[in-house]
Amino acid sequence: MSAIAGVFERCRAEKRAAFIPFLTAGDPDLSRTADLMQAMVAGGADIIELGVPFSDPIADGPTIQRATTRALESGTTMSGILRLVARHRDRLGVPIVLFSYFNPIHARGVESFAEQAAASGVDGVLCVDLPPDEGGEYIPEMRRQGLDTVFLLAPTSDRERIKKVEHQSTGFVYYVSRTGITGAQQELPKELLKESKRLRRRLRQPLAVGFGISTPEQVASVAGVADGVVVGSALVSLIGEHGGSKDLPKLLEDRCRELTEPLRR
Amino acid sequence: MSKALARPDARGYFGPYGGRYVPETLMQPLDELARAYDKWSRKRAFRNQLRDLLVHYAGRPTPLYFAERLTQELGGAKIYLKREDLLHTGAHKLNNAIGQALLTKMMGKKRVIAETGAGQHGVATATACALLGLDCVVYMGEEDCRRQHLNVQRMKLLGAEVCPVDSGSKTLKDAINEALRDWVTNIRDTHYILGSVLGPDPFPRMVRDFHRVIGDEARRQLKKQAGTFSPDMAIACVGGGSNAIGLFTAFIDDRRVRLVGVEAGGRGPELGEHAARFDGGGLGVLHGTRTWILQDSDGQIATTHSVSAGLDYPAVGPEHALLKDMGRVEYESITDEEAIEAFHMLSATEGILPALESSHALAQARKVAPRLSKRAIVLVNLSGRGDKDVESVLQYEAERAERLGVAGDESDPDSGGFTMHPAARKWGGKTEEGAS
Repeated sequence: MSAIAGVFERCRAEKRAAFIPFLTAGDPDLSRTADLMQAMVAGGADIIELGVPFSDPIADGPTIQRATTRALESGTTMSGILRLVARHRDRLGVPIVLFSYFNPIHARGVESFAEQAAASGVDGVLCVDLPPDEGGEYIPEMRRQGLDTVFLLAPTSDRERIKKVEHQSTGFVYYVSRTGITGAQQELPKELLKESKRLRRRLRQPLAVGFGISTPEQVASVAGVADGVVVGSALVSLIGEHGGSKDLPKLLEDRCRELTEPLRR
Repeated sequence: MSKALARPDARGYFGPYGGRYVPETLMQPLDELARAYDKWSRKRAFRNQLRDLLVHYAGRPTPLYFAERLTQELGGAKIYLKREDLLHTGAHKLNNAIGQALLTKMMGKKRVIAETGAGQHGVATATACALLGLDCVVYMGEEDCRRQHLNVQRMKLLGAEVCPVDSGSKTLKDAINEALRDWVTNIRDTHYILGSVLGPDPFPRMVRDFHRVIGDEARRQLKKQAGTFSPDMAIACVGGGSNAIGLFTAFIDDRRVRLVGVEAGGRGPELGEHAARFDGGGLGVLHGTRTWILQDSDGQIATTHSVSAGLDYPAVGPEHALLKDMGRVEYESITDEEAIEAFHMLSATEGILPALESSHALAQARKVAPRLSKRAIVLVNLSGRGDKDVESVLQYEAERAERLGVAGDESDPDSGGFTMHPAARKWGGKTEEGAS
């Protein structure tokens, strides 16, 4: 069983959803990313989604776009990120899923990326602009290295696509809560709870839900219908506001603890 | 069916290029779009309505013009210009905009979004939407809004909302990012009229099909006017590559015709100074398609530069990548300076202000025509008119003068303090060496 599958199994036994926070690697710079991940773990992270910054993030809203810009301006590279994971993965003690666009992986060569990512201790990869349909080279290389391949489902995915994504996903399936880009939302879409309930019954993998979840109340309502809850932009904007501050890890830990409070009840 | 039309394969691949590299949210809608396009493009009623609009509204066929003075000036092959600059709105872009806007109506969608670089595709889309009663939002990089502010005003007058994009390099690539973000968000009621042979399948083949009328017409016109279906060479500029594909498709199976695509060489060969993907790029994935792109070793997309906004883009259409591999099309690059010279050359010898994009194709013709026999025929796609570029050209002259440390031309009260380009002097007939 992969470490990611192990987390979901443990959470199921504890009758709670997993908390999956996201941060952009290298925001504000790579030397601080390890401390921020550590703070997320202290605040209750079960799995960490580590974003690989890409110059043209078409699926991201302004908050993560700005984080991406900060990370690239601080000189963050894929090699740097993999070295960071190699140094800290064991100490963190929670699985790391790289959240990337495909081109930085493609540029490195899919085969050597998979080798290096696995050697660094990365547990799984989610490629936001690589649907399973284009995974002809990627999926077998990731499998060979024992890396989980997380794919997305969206409100527009029809029956055929759900089948395809289920077939190629390992670790978990990531359901995008709404048609749109990343970013905190006042309210979650009305259909979301019904949709994820339906999907969760149907999929054999655990279902994590993300995009727009930013408050403890939203975490609580999604946790009732999913196996995992992803919070991204809400944490990234905290990092953006307090990037220069020594107190950032503490603030981040506290925010994660607030968000996971409903999961511990 | 010709070999050209058999491409791409069922998965949207031109050899190893193309595909659908997009977020999951767009996958099912792209299937739906491909199905709708396949269905409607086969229907006689749709094709008749499209043809009717292209003829009576847009002004097709556009003329094929033998540029006699230019030919004499270059002293070699006969230069024929396919006058897409005379199409309504001033560029070839309207062929595709009307086609896709019509398709939008058929699909029952009410809102259209588009990206634009030089503004020509934005204007064409705003025009087609006004004509067909669709809501229209155009994304345009802030830098391009500045360079092409006349086109911004045109779009607004046509009823479109123009959204300036201030992320990244503030040019075409960033406008596409923002248009894709809008599309992902409003997918249920919105169609994205992508303006080049780029992006995920079915866009590269759909946009090609709407533009192939350019080459189909040119071939027939050449037969009538010059007695042959086959020019010795056909030249077009390549940003994303829609006007080039539109010209080339009719000639691809005709091996006698050399096909030449011209990329923007910008200020020089360093990364960031040009947009010559085949010269300094490598294989990558951007905006939904796998193709040649300009990027750094870490897979970050490079910034690009060209004096012409329409060529200022880091990726090239996937079909071009295959045509290059096949050796069927040769790709060259032309610098800003050469393009500006060609702009002046055509303005002064033929009385036609060419778009700076098209000036790249003209500059290539200027290079090769003198080396070809006087019986040879070079067909150049004059993809757009240059009125939109007048300020860019003047600014280029001003910067050039500053670079060379030359003061404004005081002997010429009309120069507005600018020193005119030597090419303008030569072809403009202002000096003793003026062309006769």
